[in-house]
Amino acid sequence: MGLTFKDETFRDDFTYTNSPQNIRRFPFPFIEDQYRYSVNIEPHTPGPKGSPFEFPFDIDEHYVSEMRDRALVLEADPLRCQALPHMMTAQWDMLELVMTSLARDYPEHFTLHRDGSAWHWINRPLGIDQKFTFLDASTLPFEPMEYIGRQVQGDFSIQDQRDNQLWMDAGIITSQADWSLDFDVGMNFFEWHGPVPLAHEAGVFERALKFLLNLQIGKPVRRLNWTMTINPRLDTSPENFHKWGRDRMTVTPENIGKKLHLRVEMQGLFRLPRSNAILFSIRGYLMSLEQIVTVPKWGRRLPRVLRSLPPELVEYKSLGRFREMAIDYLSKYDDGAPTSPGGGPD
Amino acid sequence: MTLSTIKSRPIYPGLTPDLNARSNIIVSDKAGAEAVAELLSRADSNFAKRTTIILADTLADKDRQAIARELAPVTIEFHATLADGIARLRQLLDGAPMGLRLYAAGSEPLIGLVVQAGGDFSIDHLSIRTEHRGTLMRRVQCVHCKTFIENVTTNPVKCTHCGITLLVRDHYSRRLAAFQGVCIDAEIPGDIPPTEALYQ
Repeated sequence: MGLTFKDETFRDDFTYTNSPQNIRRFPFPFIEDQYRYSVNIEPHTPGPKGSPFEFPFDIDEHYVSEMRDRALVLEADPLRCQALPHMMTAQWDMLELVMTSLARDYPEHFTLHRDGSAWHWINRPLGIDQKFTFLDASTLPFEPMEYIGRQVQGDFSIQDQRDNQLWMDAGIITSQADWSLDFDVGMNFFEWHGPVPLAHEAGVFERALKFLLNLQIGKPVRRLNWTMTINPRLDTSPENFHKWGRDRMTVTPENIGKKLHLRVEMQGLFRLPRSNAILFSIRGYLMSLEQIVTVPKWGRRLPRVLRSLPPELVEYKSLGRFREMAIDYLSKYDDGAPTSPGGGPD
Repeated sequence: MTLSTIKSRPIYPGLTPDLNARSNIIVSDKAGAEAVAELLSRADSNFAKRTTIILADTLADKDRQAIARELAPVTIEFHATLADGIARLRQLLDGAPMGLRLYAAGSEPLIGLVVQAGGDFSIDHLSIRTEHRGTLMRRVQCVHCKTFIENVTTNPVKCTHCGITLLVRDHYSRRLAAFQGVCIDAEIPGDIPPTEALYQ
């Protein structure tokens, strides 16, 4: 495996970058030269070795630094992690799924010993060695969702299922694309997606909900979503919008290659066994334009996709202030050659 | 009520009497009292006997008497503020038996706080019968400092705690009983559009 964890920042001096070997495993979300709105859900089955789809929960070179950034966010704003009282069983479900997955998939970094309800968890990259009693929250330093959520990349929400609806009744959300867990917790599927344009009318959410209500244990699914972020900032929350919003005004033709990042979310959905809730993982990947264009196919495709976006989406994703500049920058890398189907590099 | 494309924005279908409930609590303000009168006119006299009205509003004596006459013979409890009325509602819900039906009529903040209180006592929000009457003013939460700003009539509005000028969105949280307010000049500080009195 040979993962070397980088020491980098997602704020202030923004030292985050992808190492050359990490660039090619970036989950580039555009499978054709034109953007189309769709549910685009597929089975979350093991992908190629070394790809971000290899395991249910992808750990990469940014792991340790991302966990440090999460701890900073939670220290400043504890409301980024909330669970309604009836979600405790689901919290344990999540802890079990993440711990057993990481210990199985990354044995050199994580170990889990289980003897009945006496569990022993070892997380070597973060220097954690914890013995606890499964299903007894008093034996952990945090509630189970927060405990394991501080040790796995990606944001997580947990959806309770009742009345043929999904209710976002818990979550640990510190690197969100401009939505507030504190505001949305307790909402149903249609409500928390309320601000998304076009998709309601297209029936996307009704179809997606119907599909997810029937999600089976052991058959997780995934989809990719994306937006663009100025600077490799993880915490683009509405809570701190008054601090990061002005970043959008700092983009120039000279610095856009370094400053503007494609932000991809690999979203995984897992049925949980005890609670019948659904765990939603939002695993974010950031890559600057200048790193994207090092893959010729992506350099050709991204400007074509950005040109094809409907105006509502440009507005919703707040791309208006820099989209033209990004197209100008990227067009230098588009020689007009055809591109191969699918998102992966050639 | 303004129409919205945002699905979290509540809709209020209007009051209809549930003749099968064993008891009823109706929370209303002055404007909502007209909807309550219409509700009572569509119910039988037994409905009135099983009903308590919490009227939460600042009223002149003559208004109070007029409302009491209009809604007779139902028991009316008058409370001078919305907060007092909601506190009383929570007290009643705490001791309420099965078979209770909850109603709310009046401003959106009133309806929102009734639904929120009901939720805290495990009453499904869809089972609460609601009708919006009177003012369009809103209850807004500042997403930045989490302060609730009451009686908002304009967009944008200044947060009463942190002073940030907030765009009032139609995105609504039932749990918080509030619309979301987000910094309107985050990109260019000071670039604030004219204030519009949208929620009079």
